[in-house]
Amino acid sequence: MERIEGLAKLTGRERYVDDLQVDGALWGMTVRSRAPRGRIREIRFDPAVDWSEIVVVDHRDIPGANEVLLIEPDQPVLAAERVRHVHEPVLLLAHPSREVVRRAAHAIEIEVDPEPPYLDVSVPPRPDQLQRGEDNVFKRLRIEKGDVDTALARAARVVEGEYRTGAQEHVYIETQGMLAWEENGVVFIKGSLQCPYYVHKAAIRALGREPDGVRIVQAATGGGFGGKEEYPSMIALHAALLTLAADRPVKIVYDRGEDMEATTKRHPAIVRHRTGVDADGRLVAQDIDVVMDGGAYVTLSPVVLSRGIIHASGPYRCENVRIHGRVMLTNSPPHGAFRGFGAPQTHFANERHMDVVAAAAGLDPIELRRRNLLLDGDETATGQRIVDGVDRIALLDQAVDLSGWREKEAAHAELARTDPWLRRGMGLACFHHGAGFTGSGEVMLASRLDVAGLPDGRVEVRSANIEMGQGTLTIFTAIAAARLGLAPSEVAIAEADTGRVPNSGPTVASRTAMIVGRLVEEACDDLRLRLGLPADARGEEIRQAVREHARATGEETVGRAEYEPPRGVLWDDATYRGDAYAAYGWGAYVAEVEVDLRTWATRVVDFVAVQDVGTVLHRTLAAGQVQGGVAQGIGWALMEECRWKDGAMQNAQLTNYIVPTSFDLPPIRVHFGETPWPGGPMGAKGLGELPIDGPAPAVVNAVARAIGVAPTEIPLTPERLMDLDRRAEGRHARIA
Amino acid sequence: MHGSPELPLSFTLNGDAVSVEADPAARLLDLLRYDLGMTGTKEGCGEGECGACTVWIDGLPADSCLVPAFQVDGREVRTIESVDPARLGPLLSSGATQCGACTPGVVMTGLWILENPGLLRSHAIRELMAGNLCRCTGYDGIIEGIEAALGTRS
Amino acid sequence: MKVERPRALAAALGLLGDAAAPLVPLAGGTDLLVHWPVRPDARTRGYLDLQRLDELRGIRWSEDALELGALATYWDVITDSRVGAEFPILVEAARQVGAIQIQSRGTWAGNVANGSPAADGVPVLMAFGAVIVLESRQGRREVPLDAYYSGYREGARREAELIVAIRIPRRAHALQRFVKVGPRRAQAIAKVGLAVARSEEGWRVVAASVAPTVRRCRAVERRLEERGLPGSPEELDDALRADVAPIDDLRSTADYRARVLARVLFDATRKGGA
Repeated sequence: MERIEGLAKLTGRERYVDDLQVDGALWGMTVRSRAPRGRIREIRFDPAVDWSEIVVVDHRDIPGANEVLLIEPDQPVLAAERVRHVHEPVLLLAHPSREVVRRAAHAIEIEVDPEPPYLDVSVPPRPDQLQRGEDNVFKRLRIEKGDVDTALARAARVVEGEYRTGAQEHVYIETQGMLAWEENGVVFIKGSLQCPYYVHKAAIRALGREPDGVRIVQAATGGGFGGKEEYPSMIALHAALLTLAADRPVKIVYDRGEDMEATTKRHPAIVRHRTGVDADGRLVAQDIDVVMDGGAYVTLSPVVLSRGIIHASGPYRCENVRIHGRVMLTNSPPHGAFRGFGAPQTHFANERHMDVVAAAAGLDPIELRRRNLLLDGDETATGQRIVDGVDRIALLDQAVDLSGWREKEAAHAELARTDPWLRRGMGLACFHHGAGFTGSGEVMLASRLDVAGLPDGRVEVRSANIEMGQGTLTIFTAIAAARLGLAPSEVAIAEADTGRVPNSGPTVASRTAMIVGRLVEEACDDLRLRLGLPADARGEEIRQAVREHARATGEETVGRAEYEPPRGVLWDDATYRGDAYAAYGWGAYVAEVEVDLRTWATRVVDFVAVQDVGTVLHRTLAAGQVQGGVAQGIGWALMEECRWKDGAMQNAQLTNYIVPTSFDLPPIRVHFGETPWPGGPMGAKGLGELPIDGPAPAVVNAVARAIGVAPTEIPLTPERLMDLDRRAEGRHARIA
Repeated sequence: MHGSPELPLSFTLNGDAVSVEADPAARLLDLLRYDLGMTGTKEGCGEGECGACTVWIDGLPADSCLVPAFQVDGREVRTIESVDPARLGPLLSSGATQCGACTPGVVMTGLWILENPGLLRSHAIRELMAGNLCRCTGYDGIIEGIEAALGTRS
Repeated sequence: MKVERPRALAAALGLLGDAAAPLVPLAGGTDLLVHWPVRPDARTRGYLDLQRLDELRGIRWSEDALELGALATYWDVITDSRVGAEFPILVEAARQVGAIQIQSRGTWAGNVANGSPAADGVPVLMAFGAVIVLESRQGRREVPLDAYYSGYREGARREAELIVAIRIPRRAHALQRFVKVGPRRAQAIAKVGLAVARSEEGWRVVAASVAPTVRRCRAVERRLEERGLPGSPEELDDALRADVAPIDDLRSTADYRARVLARVLFDATRKGGA
């Protein structure tokens, strides 16, 4: 089965928000703070502009609460008295001409009495930088298991390390945008987004409306990667406020610069490890401290931190684990959801650290991991017993074998002897990723989904989960078609419109195929039941029953499903003990790199990605998820760097924020173990995020082995590598 | 609004003669998308980096965000709207598109390679595609699709 | 916003000469149009569109020179097998400008006129001893490219003049090397650029992104002439310090640029040299 909307995309017929041409629509524009922190003293409008022809909205025009409601209500829709980060929205403008509204935005000066910003989480805030409690900490979390101090004291060796990861920009190719209009008293907001009901929740709060007074519709979405999880609520509210003020449709589409400067990034993190091993290199204690930079408002930071610390000790067996995490307020634009959601940061630290531990223990990195990988029946840091039948050691062995590790190591040694400049190395990472919301998150979401029988005999899946490239439409179609014995062409997927579809939760957290896909199956079963058919009814029986039912009653038959946790999955939010996720994907990635000692540039020359994510629902889509995630991970490892100054991103252009091109990447070789997971549709587990957890440590470990340095920070740019290389001893290029 | 007189221009668009008056500050991308309503060509960056706005001008790929509309006067422009869907099967099967935002540009460059296979004597497909950033696929689906369409991949 | 679209060079030179406010010559647009809609000066300037001046197109050969017309693009050079045979690093440099979408539109003359210190085309032209042919209503004059720049984005072109051609002398080269060090392998702005050519005229060494302009490294050239090939990158440091002055900026550091330039230069002089 081919991607459902594939041909529309290949021919350019797919309609993204900027492709929707609406008669009489105005262009909206956001006027933002230039200061990282301070009190707004005055807003000056250049008298040379005719302001009477421009719609201007400020915080006083917000009919409801001035809050972008998500986890906490701390983030304003438009700053009122104070600003807390550069590029914080203060005013909104609209005009029929995009050119006029752009110039008008430049003709406004927001005067701010500056207050001292807090920008660096590696040093504690000074009293005059405090903006939240007594320490600027948004959230603190801890995981405790066993007795870490005693185990460290008794360990044969204790190995310490500190690791840092930088902010990462999503660079979805379609920038963010929203279109809003009012129709019969209902505010419609349509645009590029991952979570229609997040926007809905925020909109009824800020617009002061009943739930049916606002309708959120997803337009085709040109990539998200988490970047369109929370920020779209902000743009949606802005567009809605302008449309209410102007009484005309309003479209806001960010240009690339605004999108990069103002929207969220992956949380920068500092992770410290203190690891005890016994004489055989077995982990006896892991003491881990995680600090994340949350930016100026809470947004999703507590849950990013949560996922980060839960994954921080890696896919390993260890009796004594202590993980402390905190995420801090700083005066940079809020950091937010990005594929992996905290786990890539902690996995980078852990897997880089494992290589350091291996060296200290005198083991090779493969052997150290073989001795410590979780076996079925072992427990994770939160005390979750892993019994899913996946052989994690076999995955590692397969990745190593496919990569040709042993033969290549010999060739690399020969290269180092004969070439003055080129060095090659192999690097490895083992990792896991929990699918679905953390802990009791899925229970609290209580997702609902419908499958309706249409009068023509087809069925329609109604969910709030959206297509953003990852394949939701195709996967849902395949699941429903298989469950009911129908052809894919007999399955329709409803537009994600909060006026038409139930809340099946956000399209995030590797949950769509596994959790919502399972709801598709259950709703199909419920539809069959409501049609009065036996559990094995398929195909023609379904078709006929759907048509007859519609004829007889004049109504469609709707099968319904609501999330229930798999039996025996228990989590305690107070103690952070229990089953953090219903299921995990497991990965073992191997990178081969070449470092050019003339330029200290690193090129990934081969990449093997082996993972077990349960049954693979669609081979091409699944491989594409892995390859795309690996590419993003390689970019994060080597070249993607946000350059900050006074809380503002300096390189908010694609010319200066560098992502990999086709010429920078080797073919990504993808292999799946397929141990079915009974809780998922057809045995599938979540996949979308897993592939970004492994590439950075695998690549950096390979660089470390290629030239004998010990990098601790990404992106490992040539400049950073040069500094490391010069500090290392005896590491000069041989001159032929 | 901007006080500049519109510039008349005539060019061939996907085989058809077109005559329009254009804002002198309009880019070819703006002319296509907002004046002619041909929204298949996408804007990804406005700085000639991402290639989402790739069209052909006189048979060569160009970033339409870096071309003033008035410069296509007398030229031949080809956009994604001209592409025969029947030619896209290999790209569909290989997973060349995910979110679709880079895709029209990818297809226009890919098609140029398909129509000029001699390029591959001096260039690798990965080098020729380097002007089209894709954030979803890691490029494998794109490269494999082009290879399949060329018949160089089994 | 004023746009002039002359059909003949004489008319274009007339417009340039008569303009009350300077006209910006516009060839491929690949520099001038970056962020065009949001550039505050984009609409206030006047432009002279060169695209209808067919006399400025193409590549011409004479017995002693290769002449690139002002509208000759990178792609014109990449696809010309004669250029590839005689001036291979001209093709190499062209292939590393952006990607096909830029190579198809961007011109060598535009690269010279834009005057970026990180230019990809200028270093090879300068290493080959290229001469810039400028024309105004008053006539033609020629400026050697290595004397063209007086400061950051300051070139010898006067407001009434147009670059009409770039003339590259045909010399037998014992060695020609181009190195671009960018943040990725394609579609990149150089952190360090280097072109080296050795002919009967001696060594020519040109560096990019390490000074306010693309810079001919005369001290390095002297060092190579007088003392032969270096035994290590560090042996080039003194001469390089006299020639270039790299800085820290958004794209790299002074330290990195200096060290990498020494290394790639050391390596470039040795490959096929001596």
